[in-house]
Amino acid sequence: MSTNGHSGNGVQKGTETVKRGLAQMLKGGVIMDVVTPEHAKIAEDAGAAAVMALERVPADIRVQGGVARMSDPDMIEGIINAVTIPVMAKCRIGHFVEAQVLEAIGVDYIDESEVLTPADEEYHVNKHAFKIPFVCGCRNLGEALRRIGEGAAMMRTKGEAGTGDVVEAVRHARAVLGEIRRLQNMPPEELMTYAKNIGAPYHLVVEVAETGKLPVVNFAAGGIATPADAALLMQIGVDGVFVGSGIFKSGDPAKRAKAIVEATTHYNDPDIIAKVSRGLGEAMVGINVTPETLVLGKRGW
Amino acid sequence: MRVGVLALQGAFIEHEHMLKSLGADAIEVRLPEQLETLDALIIPGGESTTIGKLAVTFGLVEPLRRFAQEKPVWGTCAGMIFLAKDIGRDQPILGVMDIQVNRNAFGRQVDSFETDLDIKGIGDEPFHAVFIRAPLVTGVNEKAGVEILSRLEDGGIVAVRQNHLLATAFHPELTGDSRMHQLFLDMVHSSEPAK
Repeated sequence: MSTNGHSGNGVQKGTETVKRGLAQMLKGGVIMDVVTPEHAKIAEDAGAAAVMALERVPADIRVQGGVARMSDPDMIEGIINAVTIPVMAKCRIGHFVEAQVLEAIGVDYIDESEVLTPADEEYHVNKHAFKIPFVCGCRNLGEALRRIGEGAAMMRTKGEAGTGDVVEAVRHARAVLGEIRRLQNMPPEELMTYAKNIGAPYHLVVEVAETGKLPVVNFAAGGIATPADAALLMQIGVDGVFVGSGIFKSGDPAKRAKAIVEATTHYNDPDIIAKVSRGLGEAMVGINVTPETLVLGKRGW
Repeated sequence: MRVGVLALQGAFIEHEHMLKSLGADAIEVRLPEQLETLDALIIPGGESTTIGKLAVTFGLVEPLRRFAQEKPVWGTCAGMIFLAKDIGRDQPILGVMDIQVNRNAFGRQVDSFETDLDIKGIGDEPFHAVFIRAPLVTGVNEKAGVEILSRLEDGGIVAVRQNHLLATAFHPELTGDSRMHQLFLDMVHSSEPAK
């Protein structure tokens, strides 16, 4: 019971704090791609902080080609009902109606993702218009701040999904974090031109220069396949990792999923990373990122 | 004062910043031996299933339970679930507070919210509280010494204290208001044995 009779300002939902707050709760965790309720259960049992519901993992999208779209709502609901952890789902870049559908289904986070075939080659979704938070991909600071300017409540560096090659994930994480470090050393008069050059909203450039970090949580994604890959990105300085094809395209998904979760928590402890890396069975086969295979990361404007 | 923050997963850095701003040392805890020199512990928000599984794998459940029997512990959100005796489902918990907690009691993320609360022990000014896929206390054993510190306007219990244990369904580490952290540090001070 209220003791001093104050009525408060009621209850506010879908605020920036609440949207960004869920991402803060996912930090230090692993978000796993799953395509069935059974996968989702394996991920939850392994200690995933959240799952990403999608129809095909990126490795299969790469091989099978065709247009990759939002998943069937029945399939997403099946996954929502199978686990108690947060469930994310992907919409195509710029496809705000797919995003409306995902909000209607009740997913916890929407990934406006370059892994699906873009629906708009010029504009992204206006994410401020939604009560559900969005996560978006980025390759550099400018792209991250454009997405945050559009309302993204969480970022993930893109990497190159479905390859099992960590090189692009490292490149993008280093790009974002390195640009933040350089920005911190710039005098105020350089910030406007810097904002113009990287195509970022000026007020966000000023904010990052002052705080030395993105205003939202930033995970790594795209090509992480081993416990050591996950720990590498954590040591470089991201807040957590997404693992897509790396788990369910490997020999023993349950064991590998658990090992990646443990390596993400103990990312600074080589003894533990060594221990959890033993006897995991086959890793996903993987394809090298080359100019010909680098296709998904380029999507996004 | 050395206050540990369980750093298996979740929003532990936010708690560390808050503790440091109040002059306490904040120490990350991932393994049992890291509990040894601590005066108190915070169990942060995160995914309670993830935190529970990692605690089991790295042999932390028993050491944490023993710690919580002797020294002040505060659980926020997932941490509250972890401290409770009854959560109505099968997942690893410490089971040290005589409270019943319903996980994800408000629904999915779309139902996460912010609101002002009156909280006993931190002064008259309302506390702006952030609830993220939050749990709710659905029962307390007052005979065992559980004190209700705050309720929502509909009566739902969101902050409780039982002797040296504190639990909140919301996230004081996500706002700039340090009064809940100060309340916890005051509990730590008053629980220190007289010298």
